[in-house]
Amino acid sequence: MAALGDVVVPETPRAPSVPAAGTRHPLRAFVARRVVTGVLTLFVVSILIFLATNILPGNVAVVVLGRNATPANVQKLDRRLDLNHSAVSRYVRWLGGAVHGDLGHSAVAEAESRPNSAISSTLSRPLQNSFVLAAITTILLVPLTLILGSIAGIFAGKPLDHAISFPALVMGGLPEFVMGTLLIYVFFSKLSLLPPVALLSPGESPLSNPEALVLPVLTLLAVAAGAGIRQVRAGMAEVLQQDYVHFARLNGVSERRVLWRYALRNALAPSVQIIAQNLQYLVGGIIIVESVFAYPGIGTYLVNAVTSRDVIEVQAAAIVLATLYIVINVLADLIVVFLVPRLRTGMP
Amino acid sequence: MSAGAATIDSRAPRRRARLLRSVTSDWGGRIGVSLLLLVVLVAILGPLFAPHSPSAPIGIPGEGPTSAAPFGLDFLGRDVLSRTLSGGRSTLLLGGAATLLTYLVGLTVGLFAGYVRSIADPLLMRTVDVFLSFPALLVMLLFVTAFGGGRGVLVGAAALVLFPGVARIVRTATLEVSTRSYVEAAVARGERTTAVLRREILPNIVSPVVADLGIRFSWSIILIASVNYLGLGLKPPTADWGLMVSENREIISTNPLALLAPAAILALLIIAVNLTGDAYLRQRGRSGGAR
Repeated sequence: MAALGDVVVPETPRAPSVPAAGTRHPLRAFVARRVVTGVLTLFVVSILIFLATNILPGNVAVVVLGRNATPANVQKLDRRLDLNHSAVSRYVRWLGGAVHGDLGHSAVAEAESRPNSAISSTLSRPLQNSFVLAAITTILLVPLTLILGSIAGIFAGKPLDHAISFPALVMGGLPEFVMGTLLIYVFFSKLSLLPPVALLSPGESPLSNPEALVLPVLTLLAVAAGAGIRQVRAGMAEVLQQDYVHFARLNGVSERRVLWRYALRNALAPSVQIIAQNLQYLVGGIIIVESVFAYPGIGTYLVNAVTSRDVIEVQAAAIVLATLYIVINVLADLIVVFLVPRLRTGMP
Repeated sequence: MSAGAATIDSRAPRRRARLLRSVTSDWGGRIGVSLLLLVVLVAILGPLFAPHSPSAPIGIPGEGPTSAAPFGLDFLGRDVLSRTLSGGRSTLLLGGAATLLTYLVGLTVGLFAGYVRSIADPLLMRTVDVFLSFPALLVMLLFVTAFGGGRGVLVGAAALVLFPGVARIVRTATLEVSTRSYVEAAVARGERTTAVLRREILPNIVSPVVADLGIRFSWSIILIASVNYLGLGLKPPTADWGLMVSENREIISTNPLALLAPAAILALLIIAVNLTGDAYLRQRGRSGGAR
């Protein structure tokens, strides 16, 4: 799946409407409003997740128990999972628990009477693993995007630009599983350099096995960098066309100074949003990349939960991912407003 | 009124010819269009040329290329070439259907929000905001959890992911167009709202709305292929490019072509769509946007 930020025509960055004159602390009011909208959105999202996972009339216990779904077993599991309540009361319990970090009990684990069925504890390890994968990718992705994008923008139309932009267009659009499969073929089948899967034994830290992380990180980088590079390039090329850059050059300011002092600073201001888009992309992109490499993160957890139709696990993983997504969105909006004073007056 | 509609109709073919010429005016566009034609031809005509049945085993599972099966056999011993040739129709049809639905819903919501305003606008746009605050694949997976992985579900889910972007663009364009004098004249004449929307507004917002058609189409294909890859969409023994890549993972060492062939043609299709869409955008930017 392409990065969500892969829009060639960038949708105009939402200029946060800040109550301009009159209000005492427009910035504080904006922050408060953005946070409140974020929480409200999350609330609506939680309802949608709950609806999606409870819309089918079929009983979770029946589905999960499969052939062992005798009436007695179903009733027992229903009671253990608190399924014998109305949908509204189940939603309120679920949301109340989720706010306190209790995501309920896995239906499958309960059905198999596994000792540890609390999702909050079984999900924490995958979440950490995913975080490691996302963090390493981000650390490499951000400078890669900014540097390659700026170079392409500075040399817009020249061979160097084409050498960067064309691969960015081609690779940035590919589905993760295609990119991952190609990389596995090259680095495992052909070169026998890297393992095709990133399996970890339970409790093992991904950092103790860095070799396994190379291909997942490469896949994410290849797919995610493309969109960002193209956006940074467009911003850089546009800034270099601006009057103040022309006047700086006409005034005899050295080319290097024009680039560093005039162009780069202004071109990189929107990068906060590009970085945020990258992070948001990772929240979704990680789902499929983890599955390609069997990496035990939250994405694999979610896909396994959907496969085994354990809606309680699906709910838990979905709300965690959606929360991350919304938090990144809100933070990006706040950081942009702090960095670009122009936006604070509500002017586009 | 009717005269205006007629002029637009008579201009349509010429406009289409110009569109093709503008897209093929640089190398990126030319490569894109030719690749796209090639993949579409393979997808449509491929099943006619498939040397074997896409569903019947013809030899040892995972066997490498032979003269009878130039791409070798898959994990169940079926001919990879025949399956690759047969897998394109569903990919294109599902992606096309999802794109169509995306634009139908996006246009309706955007036109309504932009033109009718009042309470409908904030209500619809907040809904759109909520849909935008999900990772795309998560929406797909939740949809599959709720309704299973049928064709209709995949199309509906992809449209649900993609329509908010279209709705936003349509709304903005509608807001702008609806203040023009020809719209006010139509309203003053007492035209019905649907007539104003269809005859006055719709023809004048087409350009910005279709600008990123290519991106939405490639996203539709990618989202649906990804769900199929995860094994949560179309069920075996369907010959689907996404599904083929995942079901042959085990035999990557014995017959890598079983994964690489479907992956490569899927990649070609998406690259072609992106190159074409990109060339159109570049051309549109050069000619000063709008019509």
